[in-house]
Amino acid sequence: MPGFGFSLGFTLFYLSAIVLVPLAALIIRPWELGWSGFWAEITQPRVLAALKLSFGASAIAAAVNSIFGLVVVWVLVRYRFPGKRIVDALVDLPFALPTAVAGIALSALYAPNGWLGAPLEQAGVKVAYTPYGVMVALIFIGLPFVVRTLQPVLSDLSRDAEEAAATLGATRMQTFRRVILPSLAPTLLTGTAMAFARAVGEYGSVIFIAGNLPMVSEITPLLIIIKLQEYDYAGAAAIGVVMLGVSFFFLFALNGLQAWIGSRR
Amino acid sequence: MKPLIRPRSATDDHPLTKIVLSAVAVVFIALFLVMPLATVFSEALAKGWEAARDALIAPDALDAIRLTLIVAAIAVPLNMVFGLAASWCVAKFDFKGKNLLVTLIDIPFSVSPVVSGLVYVLIFGLQGWLGQDLRDHGIKIIFALPGIVLATMFVTFPFVARELIPLMTDQGRDEEEAAVSLGASGWSTFRRVTLPNVKWALLYGVLLCNARAMGEFGAVSVVSGHIRGLTDTMPLHVEVLYNDYQYVGAFAVASLLAMLALVTLGLKSLLEWRFAGEIAATHKH
Repeated sequence: MPGFGFSLGFTLFYLSAIVLVPLAALIIRPWELGWSGFWAEITQPRVLAALKLSFGASAIAAAVNSIFGLVVVWVLVRYRFPGKRIVDALVDLPFALPTAVAGIALSALYAPNGWLGAPLEQAGVKVAYTPYGVMVALIFIGLPFVVRTLQPVLSDLSRDAEEAAATLGATRMQTFRRVILPSLAPTLLTGTAMAFARAVGEYGSVIFIAGNLPMVSEITPLLIIIKLQEYDYAGAAAIGVVMLGVSFFFLFALNGLQAWIGSRR
Repeated sequence: MKPLIRPRSATDDHPLTKIVLSAVAVVFIALFLVMPLATVFSEALAKGWEAARDALIAPDALDAIRLTLIVAAIAVPLNMVFGLAASWCVAKFDFKGKNLLVTLIDIPFSVSPVVSGLVYVLIFGLQGWLGQDLRDHGIKIIFALPGIVLATMFVTFPFVARELIPLMTDQGRDEEEAAVSLGASGWSTFRRVTLPNVKWALLYGVLLCNARAMGEFGAVSVVSGHIRGLTDTMPLHVEVLYNDYQYVGAFAVASLLAMLALVTLGLKSLLEWRFAGEIAATHKH
């Protein structure tokens, strides 16, 4: 069949020009500082605080999404109710809504005079401009990853095993814990890991609600932008390389996880 | 005596479980998805329709809308052509390193948007690889349209390819081989056989690619420089207005973007529902 040389050539050229060469430029850049300079750059207290916040908030948000995402998927797949198609479509909102729009909306919603911020303030909980705000934004951004990964697997799950468990006298809860959850677990883990990986790099939906207080509510991607504004390219690149390393780790770990799930079937 | 509750099958949940789980799901979705969306429109109209409309026809807002359309009009077709080329060679031919190629195409999805912008600053920025040369020749890439287009192309890079590769792999190469053996040229095989087979998946990918291209914030924010009226796209203009405490204006522009998102979601659901078999298997519910 014709067209192999042309299509592969174009693909490789375009891939290199837009993605690979620019990424190489990032990976090479911070080493002008030397290993010790690179290390000093990424172990500054402000950078460490940002990394801690980014990873911590992302982990909590991903955990929240794994629980509520499972409930949402269960309801969407197993139950019938009016407006189901709309709810189903709405789950993709965080994919479709520009992050800056989500950011200012969440910020207004949780501000001390906002719809949710006001009652929360009365209860003594501050969300906007604190690390909790970062978590709220990351929960928003991560939900569809868990739901969309899990949904096809739960839909395809045969009910034979559940019926067998029921005839053997298992309660519904036992069936869920011993039969259903084990077959969903690898996919749930995949979706949660995707939500986590996305959350670590997220910028737009977070910065408005975070308040961006250095050492307290400043996320890692924002620190890159601050370094760039100070024309500290090597410093920005050093943090960028750390984040890229995390991305690559997750990309390959997730590919491995998918292959492992595939081999179990 | 009539039973209170209709007998249920062994794999049905207890009615109480159903109510509780449904309530949890609905409250969670209402809190985290519906309320932020409602906030956008409510804040935009906080001072009435006129104020919102005035914010949208302000010169800076119109410039931002124009720039966003220009950027999408360049980035989306280029990524569409790339997606078609990549899926053609991956799905219709066997070669070494195919899996690696597919993984590499996915990279931009796992990279932070800020890092996506950063890489171009490190090449084309003032202290970047080519910064001095570009400056000597008076070429501006960072803080100008080319940088914004490049950053947008990076973050939307995999959308079309990722939709087409699994579908075209599933479809195999029999039809194309038949067409070629009957004497069709490569180009007309592609146009008459392949393209009609993937048109809905292509539309699906382009739709998502366009939504992201128009809404991208982090990557574009790094390369734009925020020059009002010149390098502010719609999402960046939202940020500028919001940080200026011009909330009605910020939310008015944001509600335009939110409507784009809703239209995208509607069309996406329609495609998934109407053409489930003709878009990638991963979207069949």
